[in-house]
Amino acid sequence: MPTVIFIEPDGAEYPIAVKSGTTARDAAVNNGVPGIDGDCGGECACATCHVHVDAAWMSRAGMAEPGGMEANLLQFAEGSTENSRLACQITMTDDLDGLMLRIPDGQH
Amino acid sequence: MTTDTLTRDPASTVPLSQMDVSDPKLFQSDTIGSYFTRLRREDPVHYCPESAYGPYWSVTKFNDIMQVEVNHQTFSSEAKLGGITLQDMQSGEASLELEMFIAMDPPKHDAQRKAVSPAVAPSNLVLLEPIIRERAGLILDSLPVGEEIDWVDRVSIELTTMTLATLFDFPWEERRKLTRWSDVATATPETGVVSSFEQRREELLECAQYFKGLWDKRANEPPKPDLISMMVHSPATRDMPYLEFLGNLILLIVGGNDTTRNSISGGVLALNQNPAEYRKLMADPGLIPKMIPEIIRWQTPLTHMRRTALMDAEIGGKKIRKGDKVVMWYLSGNRDDEVIDRPNEFIIDRPNSRHHLSFGFGVHRCMGNRVAELQLRIIWEEILKRFSKVEVVGAPERTLSNFIRGFTRLPVKLRGH
Repeated sequence: MPTVIFIEPDGAEYPIAVKSGTTARDAAVNNGVPGIDGDCGGECACATCHVHVDAAWMSRAGMAEPGGMEANLLQFAEGSTENSRLACQITMTDDLDGLMLRIPDGQH
Repeated sequence: MTTDTLTRDPASTVPLSQMDVSDPKLFQSDTIGSYFTRLRREDPVHYCPESAYGPYWSVTKFNDIMQVEVNHQTFSSEAKLGGITLQDMQSGEASLELEMFIAMDPPKHDAQRKAVSPAVAPSNLVLLEPIIRERAGLILDSLPVGEEIDWVDRVSIELTTMTLATLFDFPWEERRKLTRWSDVATATPETGVVSSFEQRREELLECAQYFKGLWDKRANEPPKPDLISMMVHSPATRDMPYLEFLGNLILLIVGGNDTTRNSISGGVLALNQNPAEYRKLMADPGLIPKMIPEIIRWQTPLTHMRRTALMDAEIGGKKIRKGDKVVMWYLSGNRDDEVIDRPNEFIIDRPNSRHHLSFGFGVHRCMGNRVAELQLRIIWEEILKRFSKVEVVGAPERTLSNFIRGFTRLPVKLRGH
């Protein structure tokens, strides 16, 4: 079971072990991680699961596909950077075990 | 209900081929629900060949609506194709050729939205919260306990207008102009708000003139975090043509006024109609943050958004043709029992209450959703501090509109602790 670690703006960490194939959004919502609302249900349609991927993990987590829906939505999210992703678009695998996702400051 | 009353109910007797859910009176009388229930069951993607607004498709189920929402490449919001409401924009007598980013497709939409969205982003709202709370407190403290008052006028309109005036840094004493312009912007002569399309046009041009004055003033001042200053100083918006400037202002005024106002009133009514839920709330004010999305789902202050198909497409097995008008009925999707458990019940601690359609989804999702939630949370926190009950003491009067789902009057009496 890979673990995803959410890091709040105040530094608090939420390590969550999930089954391979679970999205980071579901991991957060099902475990009450503050700041990840996931209003649309994980459909890549609302940007309420915006996270910053820790720089060391960018090569493995990958960027949002330019011009795709995820990138379209991220451009309106506050504090969007080149490390920004929607957690609903990150599927956990063993390769991502230990993935660190930071919750943007002020998100909710 | 007897079979007799069932058969007399037009929602269940009208042939599907003639079913037209666009009549504003069905919304004013709040009888539209049974029409949508039938459509969801018998014809969830429904074609109406003839209506006061021309032919249109009704998309009534949650997941079908979501499919339209996220496919802006196929389903356009462009004003010149009719825009975002059942009533075509820029059509005939109502025409002002207004342009606003909600009625644009990417990429132009994206640039303009990005220019103004920081005003309602969380980091700016943190600064606004104490101001809104103080004003909410002043509004509530000015109300008489035990006397009949109109909640719509005294609280819902007052709070949302104050917030909007704050976001615009609008001259304080003249803030009810914003309320008036918001009402006028969505009005047709049959509503009685304006007597003719001519009058509507004149009042909106007055609005534009007024804002032009504020615009010029801001242009000569250093940038500030209010909406006008942001538009003046952003490269994406500062050289906007006049009607685009007016259009975007009206978008922000209506967006910030007509929606939250009605969720504030709708919440009071819903709690009165569900006394057990009101008791639950009184026993645990900590439920407020969970209750707010439920109020917004329950009220669904905008009944629909409309798109125009740019190419042939399929929704729920139906063939949509290029050029067809497609109406996403949020009010119906928010009552879809395939997605929402017990959708016809108002449950303030509903699990997953944020999963509703009232803000829309995709690139046009409501920009001000956090301001809406903030105002609702604050007003309920301040109400509970002061009153044991906001008691509805007469029949609510509802807005004559197939777009705005709201109230023109809600008589209440306040009970002290």
